[in-house]
Amino acid sequence: MYKIVDKKQLNEAVELMVIKAPYVARKCEPGQFIILRADNNSERIPLTIADYNREEETVTIIYQVVGYSTKVLYEKQVGDSVVDFVGPLGKPTELKKHKKVLGIGGGVGAAPLYPQIRKLHEMGVEVDVILGGRSDEYIILEEEFKAVTKNLYFATNDGSKGKEGFVTDILNELIANGEEYDEVIAIGPLVMMKAVVGITKPLNIQTAVSLNPVMIDGTGMCGGCRVTVGNEIKFACVDGPDFDGLLVDFDECLRRQNMYKEEEHSCRIGLEGGQNNA
Amino acid sequence: MPNMSPKKVQIPEQDPQIRRKNFDEVALGYTLEQAMEEATRCLQCKTKPCVDGCPVNVPIPEFIKAVEDGNIDEAYSIITKENALPAICGRVCPQESQCEGRCVRAKKGESVGIGRLERFVADYIMSKGNIEPKNIEKNGIKVAVVGAGPAGLTCAGELAKKGYEVTVFEALHELGGVLLYGIPEFRLPKSLVAKEVQSIIDMGVEINKNVIVGRSITVDELFEEGYKAIFVGSGAGLPKFMNLEGENLNGVYSANEFLTRVNLMKAYDFPNNPTPVKTGKRVAVVGGGNVAMDAARTAVRLGAEEVYIVYRRGEEELPARLEEIHHAKEEGVIFKLLNNPTKIIGDEKGWVTGMECVQMELGEPDDSGRRRPRVKENSEFILPVETVVIAIGQSPNPLIRQTTPGLSVESWGGIIVQEETMETSKEYVYAGGDAVTGAATVILAMGAGKTAAEAIHKKVLELQG
Repeated sequence: MYKIVDKKQLNEAVELMVIKAPYVARKCEPGQFIILRADNNSERIPLTIADYNREEETVTIIYQVVGYSTKVLYEKQVGDSVVDFVGPLGKPTELKKHKKVLGIGGGVGAAPLYPQIRKLHEMGVEVDVILGGRSDEYIILEEEFKAVTKNLYFATNDGSKGKEGFVTDILNELIANGEEYDEVIAIGPLVMMKAVVGITKPLNIQTAVSLNPVMIDGTGMCGGCRVTVGNEIKFACVDGPDFDGLLVDFDECLRRQNMYKEEEHSCRIGLEGGQNNA
Repeated sequence: MPNMSPKKVQIPEQDPQIRRKNFDEVALGYTLEQAMEEATRCLQCKTKPCVDGCPVNVPIPEFIKAVEDGNIDEAYSIITKENALPAICGRVCPQESQCEGRCVRAKKGESVGIGRLERFVADYIMSKGNIEPKNIEKNGIKVAVVGAGPAGLTCAGELAKKGYEVTVFEALHELGGVLLYGIPEFRLPKSLVAKEVQSIIDMGVEINKNVIVGRSITVDELFEEGYKAIFVGSGAGLPKFMNLEGENLNGVYSANEFLTRVNLMKAYDFPNNPTPVKTGKRVAVVGGGNVAMDAARTAVRLGAEEVYIVYRRGEEELPARLEEIHHAKEEGVIFKLLNNPTKIIGDEKGWVTGMECVQMELGEPDDSGRRRPRVKENSEFILPVETVVIAIGQSPNPLIRQTTPGLSVESWGGIIVQEETMETSKEYVYAGGDAVTGAATVILAMGAGKTAAEAIHKKVLELQG
């Protein structure tokens, strides 16, 4: 059993949880994820690691309530436990000591983006970040990002914070203004990552994305998380979840992600911030 | 005077028309009377060829004699001296190619039903209630076992018997490995797996679930934590695909995913269990092994109207157990033999609508001794299906080899071991089961776990001087 030591509601659908999980906390690195089961009748849900504390042996997850099993998790209180919490899974992100990097976080995608950006900041890389969401209240981790970025931009669908529009509108503006980035790291809904790559690919800007396909075991056994990257089949759980965005077949990912739509399946890494927050 | 009937005492089975609609066990097992009668078919031969055919050397004639005498407690204690998981082995071992394949009675008629008797003994004792755990004196030496499947559990049980302090590290949330996620309930009830696993825990084995060795902790870190030896029974890992066009369409599963959803996550009971599985009206399973049979028979039970086994060789080459093929046919699975898929076809939304296949014919035997299939010209046809399950095997999981310096592996990923000891290229690290052999049988994995336990015991004793 893995005890919930803290929880905080970030907006109406998104919650942060700090969970005691010694094995994961000892080893995890930015870019990795965990799989949890809230109780004995729950699905195995993959969620990215938003933060960790090696001394306290805790791991922070940020998730959106999208289906049955995340709802069960949401109803848990501080002091309660989740029955299973396994990880760290996936490969750690390979962060390069670039001069300048742009991070783009859509909705809950800001959560896995944060540890990567913080690490880049610690490495002395200059970082700008664009955060997107449906409205002001869907922007998460603003203060945390502020502390580790040079420029922080916002895009909301209704214009309640930052620019009215999409993160890609800001990306286009930055590029038009002559900003040069060695790498873009985009994490958020698939439609957002696809749109970002639509801009960066013609300009040949290196772009890392984090994929969140359906998976069960998270160790390579089931093969449900297969994605096509540069015409090769990769398993997101052991080969990813980070991939070269310029090579990812996003249309296939989008299609496979809808495989259990009718069943309201929520077994994803948990980056889906709804369809309209890109 | 032995019973010279050429046929085994029949084992009661669920009617195929009824069992097509449930996940209950197909074979119901012998009664005490039936078991005692079958036991009288054993000639008690002195040469015991059956024992040579058993990877864990169960003293078969001895336990059968005890059954004949109606002394089932004795029979159980004879079996479990060598085999900690008799209810499982009695059900899923390929007896026809092991013990029963060598039975003298098989030369004229059917062999003695060794598997059925083993299963009976285990079930009979378990149904009587608790098996008293024996008190074992601990020797204070820590050994780690990676994976709670048949190889790891056997190794753990054998070492625990010798007094070692054994900790098993398991990646999933339940114990049993492939016995749990791979083999369906109708062939191996999960409650039985749980009971036999418990009997190993009762020997004092510690279990650490949700820990992935290679990610949560490395092999070298286990040594730092004071484990003197490590047995890796991490199983087969990544499912193999065929690199066919359309293989990533919606509705294409690996057998592992399909079976894991149903067996481990109980998708057959959706939405009472929240993990779903999608089965169309027509399902094609590609492959001819036991896993393919399990997937096909599972699809039947999930309500598919037509279920095909698509296999590129012929009936005689099917690698699955005869009994499983027979059961599948009884349940209405359609065998498309000498057929090979070439492409999976989908609709505009990306869902499978069919599988293009070609017919095959068999040529000369290849390196494996099986006749090499080749494509018949102009034989393409489309099999209309909504679900495709690829059941052509697995390659070993990469996580341990990626994080364990000094561990030699084959080009295809299998861990290299010395056969007599199961020790790897890294001293004090042992391995066995599918992680070494690629997808094989439960009993071979158990044999490897047992061999490794003996070798670890010998080596660690030497270390102690």
